[in-house]
Amino acid sequence: MSRLFFLLPLLLFAAMASYFFVRLGDDASVVPSALIDKPVPQIDAPPLVEGKPGVSTADFTGEVKVLNIWASWCVPCRAEHPLVTRLAQTEGVPVYGLNWKDKKQDAVAWLNELGDPYGQIGFDESGRNGIELGVYGVPETYVIDKDGRIRYKRVGPLTPSIMKDEVLPLLRDLKQ
Amino acid sequence: MRSFVSSVLPVVLLAMALLFGGFQVSWAVQPDEVLDDPVLEGRARDLSKELRCLVCQNQSIDDSNAELAKDLRVIVRERLVEGDSNDEVLDFVVARYGDYVLLRPPVKPGTYLLWFGPAAILLIAGIGVAVWLRRQSAASPGAVASAPGGKGGTGLSEAEQKRLAALMNEDRATDGEHRKG
Repeated sequence: MSRLFFLLPLLLFAAMASYFFVRLGDDASVVPSALIDKPVPQIDAPPLVEGKPGVSTADFTGEVKVLNIWASWCVPCRAEHPLVTRLAQTEGVPVYGLNWKDKKQDAVAWLNELGDPYGQIGFDESGRNGIELGVYGVPETYVIDKDGRIRYKRVGPLTPSIMKDEVLPLLRDLKQ
Repeated sequence: MRSFVSSVLPVVLLAMALLFGGFQVSWAVQPDEVLDDPVLEGRARDLSKELRCLVCQNQSIDDSNAELAKDLRVIVRERLVEGDSNDEVLDFVVARYGDYVLLRPPVKPGTYLLWFGPAAILLIAGIGVAVWLRRQSAASPGAVASAPGGKGGTGLSEAEQKRLAALMNEDRATDGEHRKG
């Protein structure tokens, strides 16, 4: 009995050490969103391109939507662009864009070059709308449910495996 | 000319050391961010040191040159000018970026292990050591009682006492030899 008592600190240490060891594998640069399961915060970004509305909080009710934060100067945004396009065109999910800390003509040129999958695009030149959302880099992608609540946030580019394992199953669940 | 350089150079170096070494220079905060009101600016600086820059994560926004850190410094100042208390400003940022943005983690159920874990382990280990020491001191008189020939609480049996005495004598004898040599 007393032997076990002496082992207790060692066991506690082993438990903590193994927990910390497992957590070492996590990407520390990914900060979990404070807004998961919370309504889309107050955002109001003016239109980026003529003839296509900007993005504001009220746009995110009634239907499951994806919000993609991007910039023309962001290389991973370019890498994930085919997947964003696939979400909008093949999967039929309305994808809204928020163009973050960018120059208008650069952003428009980027869309002309790669194609424009977005239903609406807000132009967030100062990044203030991004701060409301807790954006700290681009790209970021949010899945928002029918009630306008943020259900998922991806920091960094979408990849085929993240689409298959995380984004598409969640979209399927939310649409039911 | 050479003597001029050698006499002026130490003075220049000393002046530079006094200028730049004497007080801490902040490189990150830009002049256009600084508030006119020195009290508010002081509060803004204090708050900025509490907030983590999410781009370069081991710097505060006060230290960081990242653009997002600048944006957050400006927002902190805006909130202060609007009359927010220090806690309200921190709550504003935490509501958007989560507890992670605070360089000092808050004390709440989710962080109890972080705050009190080391003290708890120390306490458990301390209790363990105390129990062990008590057992040790309790064990010694018991040994005397079980050794009938033992003298004065050393807990040695008769045979052990004899062997100890022999060893002590031997030691004294060798000491004597050394002194002779």
